[in-house]
Amino acid sequence: MATSSERSPPPFPDAGDPAGRGSDEDDGDDLFVSVSNSSLSETAATVSQHSDDLVTPPSDATADLSSEPISSGLGSKTPSDNLMSPPSDAMSDPISSGSESKTPSEPSDDFDDLAGNWMTPTASVESGGGKGASENQLRDEFVDILGNETEAPTRDVAVESAGESGPDEVGDAKEEVKETALLLDIGSSADLAPRQPSKIVDPLADLFDDPPPAAAPKQSAGADLFEDQGGDLFADPPLIKTAKPPQKSLFGEPDEDLFGEPLGAKKKPAGGELRDEPPADKSASRHGGKVGGAPPPQLNRADIFAEEALAPGHSAQRTNGVHGEVGADIFAEATVELSLDSPQSERKKAGATPATGTAAAGSKPSTSAPAAKQATAALEELEEEESSELEDKFDITVSITDPEKIGDGMTAYMAYKVSTRTTLGMFRNKTFTVRRRFSDFLGLYEKLSEKHGPNGFIVPPPPEKSILGMTKMKVGKEDSSSADFVERRRGALERYLQRVVTHPSLLQDPDVREFLERDELPRAVSTQALSGAGFLKMINKATDAVSKMTIKMNESDAWFEEKLQEVESADQQFRKLHALVESLVLHRKELSTNTASFAKSAAMLGSAEDNTALSRALSQLAEVEDKMEQLHQQQAANDTFGFAELIADFIRLLGAVRGSFDHRMKSWQRWQDAQSTLQKKREAEAKLQWANKPDKLQLAKEEIAEWEAKVTQFERDFDRVSATVRREVLRFEKEKARNFKRQIINYLENLLKSQQQMIKYWEAFLPEAKAIA
Amino acid sequence: MMEEVKQEPPCLSVHGHSVKVAEVLQDGDGLTFLIVSQKLSGTGEYHVDRTYEDFEWLQQNLFTQEDVPGIQGVIFPPLPAKAQMNATAKIIRQLGFLALEEFKPYCTALETFLHQVAAHNLLRKNKALEIFLTSSEPPGRQRARKNIFNRLSQAVEEMRKEGHKDVDEFFQTKRDINLALTGCTKSAADKFLDVVLTEQKIAVACGHFAAALHLCVESGDDPDKAAFSKICVKLSAIFESMKKNMTNVAENDVSTLGLGLDLESRYQEAEKEMLFRRTCKLVELETARKNAEKAKPVKKPPLEEVKKAAETEFSHICEVAKQEIEHFEAARVKMVQQALLKWCEKQLHTARELADQYNQHLKAFRAM
Repeated sequence: MATSSERSPPPFPDAGDPAGRGSDEDDGDDLFVSVSNSSLSETAATVSQHSDDLVTPPSDATADLSSEPISSGLGSKTPSDNLMSPPSDAMSDPISSGSESKTPSEPSDDFDDLAGNWMTPTASVESGGGKGASENQLRDEFVDILGNETEAPTRDVAVESAGESGPDEVGDAKEEVKETALLLDIGSSADLAPRQPSKIVDPLADLFDDPPPAAAPKQSAGADLFEDQGGDLFADPPLIKTAKPPQKSLFGEPDEDLFGEPLGAKKKPAGGELRDEPPADKSASRHGGKVGGAPPPQLNRADIFAEEALAPGHSAQRTNGVHGEVGADIFAEATVELSLDSPQSERKKAGATPATGTAAAGSKPSTSAPAAKQATAALEELEEEESSELEDKFDITVSITDPEKIGDGMTAYMAYKVSTRTTLGMFRNKTFTVRRRFSDFLGLYEKLSEKHGPNGFIVPPPPEKSILGMTKMKVGKEDSSSADFVERRRGALERYLQRVVTHPSLLQDPDVREFLERDELPRAVSTQALSGAGFLKMINKATDAVSKMTIKMNESDAWFEEKLQEVESADQQFRKLHALVESLVLHRKELSTNTASFAKSAAMLGSAEDNTALSRALSQLAEVEDKMEQLHQQQAANDTFGFAELIADFIRLLGAVRGSFDHRMKSWQRWQDAQSTLQKKREAEAKLQWANKPDKLQLAKEEIAEWEAKVTQFERDFDRVSATVRREVLRFEKEKARNFKRQIINYLENLLKSQQQMIKYWEAFLPEAKAIA
Repeated sequence: MMEEVKQEPPCLSVHGHSVKVAEVLQDGDGLTFLIVSQKLSGTGEYHVDRTYEDFEWLQQNLFTQEDVPGIQGVIFPPLPAKAQMNATAKIIRQLGFLALEEFKPYCTALETFLHQVAAHNLLRKNKALEIFLTSSEPPGRQRARKNIFNRLSQAVEEMRKEGHKDVDEFFQTKRDINLALTGCTKSAADKFLDVVLTEQKIAVACGHFAAALHLCVESGDDPDKAAFSKICVKLSAIFESMKKNMTNVAENDVSTLGLGLDLESRYQEAEKEMLFRRTCKLVELETARKNAEKAKPVKKPPLEEVKKAAETEFSHICEVAKQEIEHFEAARVKMVQQALLKWCEKQLHTARELADQYNQHLKAFRAM
């Protein structure tokens, strides 16, 4: 460890983002050393030497490789990357933090796994060992992966790497293989001592057991890793797309989820770390937790991704093995983040669970799972705090102006000017304006809810489509009700968008940025289905489903039960309030029309009046009443936009909240289903054992392992969604209170203003009344 | 009757301005009013129970004072339409402002009627007023029907004689103005009533909203929840004060300009009736003149007499009417002015009050 810390530090301290890349290239040796140190602790010396030897020739190549593999999502070189750049970060962090060596190993685990897959079983084992300490779940998967890959994969990997990186890389790979072998030896024999051995054993066993599936898992793992990172952290559209297809087809959901979770948890921390690399342990971790909240990290990432986004060919590059610098950087960062993440999370975990415990956990996935959960939960909670603290710091305001009718007849639509003002570095400019039509807003919502809804996020819903309002507008009736409709909608859209951009996680979404920045947006399709009635129905259905499921679900967490009840009752109350405010508005409007007609008859009375003084006073009165009518109208508008719309917003939001509960329930359901399936598989195995059918027994065991992994995965999924929902609901409540307060102050100010105006009018009239006599 | 009236002391035994309709009691569908007046002697009060029929009896007596020359030229203080519990929508509409607020304005209107009668230099001498105010026995209720019959026949005649050209320029203008004003005042009163009704609705809506806000209060120690609950409570307080303010505004509207417009409108009607009676007399006189001219010598003397009687009566009526109109115009301008002034002052007062409250609420919210 000491060696690593001594060597690596120089590049990293100031590096920040670049640290990943720069360090990769320059410190290939160091990195490896560090990794070995971290994972192997004492053996490190030997390992490091080996690694150095191995690395030295291809140092350049390794650097390239590291960048490439990551991008491609293939593990072949990933190991090297992991070993190289990420580990270094990881190492440095842990070291600085003083956390245990295990933590650092975590991040490397992912990569190791990949590496292991590609390389040899031994390698995988080693990596597994290193990682295993940190994350059991990951390890399990990796183990599988490794097992699958075993030998065949290694070759593939080599080939791939060769194709991608070129001769150098191939050479590296081989070297790496050797290395890994060495490492394995080292690891098994020496340092890792408590953890590694156990882990190693498991992976090895797995590896040997399941050779066939290997290849697929690896790739998927790689893909997932990158995908998740790319998707969640950077929210890069190209990345996601490229990454997704392989994953889904090859590996199915479980893999994604598995990777997604841990990574997701880690990702955030990573972002934070990038900035604060020099690791002020806790602060770093917090930053990571905040991710959304912390502007600086975002900026960095955003920039990176922006670059990426700009180069659409990037994904192609990856596959081809031709990596632009940007791509390399990105990946380097990603890896760095990963490594960072895991250390942080680990540290936190470590605080609670001793290192030995984690090691043990490593051997047994089930035991490890809880620890991981705790860790994630802790992380999430931390995030929560941080994010709530930081929420106010979002410096971004979105305003929607100039509603404009475009086209004629039934194809007409309203376009709005969306102006953004921000100092956030993730945007290219400080102010920018685009034109969007209503369906674009719906399209944005659909994208966001698809992406973030299942994770338990409360995605602010846009105003519903209004067939009546739109038809009126299309027909071209320029009466007050259609103007009112347009204004209401404009306000609702503005608030909707503002809510989206002040949401720390949603702001990171590339679609949001695209929506705000891009000149031409691809036409949103299928939003027609989201017409007002349908939309409401959808929400209602979701809530129905929730209530039904609640009956089935024996709620483990009273908090959610309570909250759901609260949400339900709040929904009812808000609906009632909304109806009341609407009727109040109606009365105000009535008052304004009545005042107007009174003003008219007062004027007539004035003109019919014989007495000149009285006649004049009555005419004055008519004028005063005309002004009063304006005031009443303003008041009606104030009621409408101050309260009715606010409450309507919250009714919609409550629907979204219930939706998030629904998603949590679904996640729970999936977990339960997996559990029951696992149970069945176990029973089947028992039967087979009884029947003494060893060939089938093998298969059954595999299946059980697979389902065990899934159960763990789903359970963690559920916990993660639960944590997210919890955080989101708390955030929602905070927002609610703040929103209402702000609105009410606004409302009161308006009230006061019109009241003072009214006083002025009466004061002006008083002398007129006195003058009659 | 004539004799009786003449023998009575010319003045009431009570202070005219001290008459009060102190209370209204429900008696089935009907209403009984407690009328209090101070004795001139300064020692004690008269308390009498009167129903609407008693008021009608009084007015009927005023109408039929045949001993007073030119009585038909008097603008009789208008008696509001009959009010009753569970009145139909039509009656409520007819009553206008007077049907609001549990008949409080109605009592005020009756009070005003009695004041006007007691202040009128021709009418206050009528014995019926004295009886009405002081007798513990309810005055006859059986004559009420006649009055209704009277009005019906009047309505038919009206159609015929409304447009009759006047011989006197003064009265012709007065009639025209009166006609225009009656319509305008009536519609202004109606519109103003609409305003008041809407204000009441708003007050109710504010009250409901305030109550509903109280239901939004969530229990729990969570600071966000507590904050939200606090907001709800405060907002509820705001709407509560808004409700009170609106209620006050509506009440003020009724008690000042509302009643003013109502009285004005009814007085215009009364003036119209008076002018109409005069027009009828005029038509009568003209027919008598014609008859006298066309009559054969034998029949001439009696017709001449009728003509002369009619002429005298008409001139009496015109004389009284001119005085009445002058008096009325001065009085009504003053009355409308008072109504407007009071209204404006009250509006100003409540508006300031509410502005103060808003200010306080605003401060409280900002401090949160």
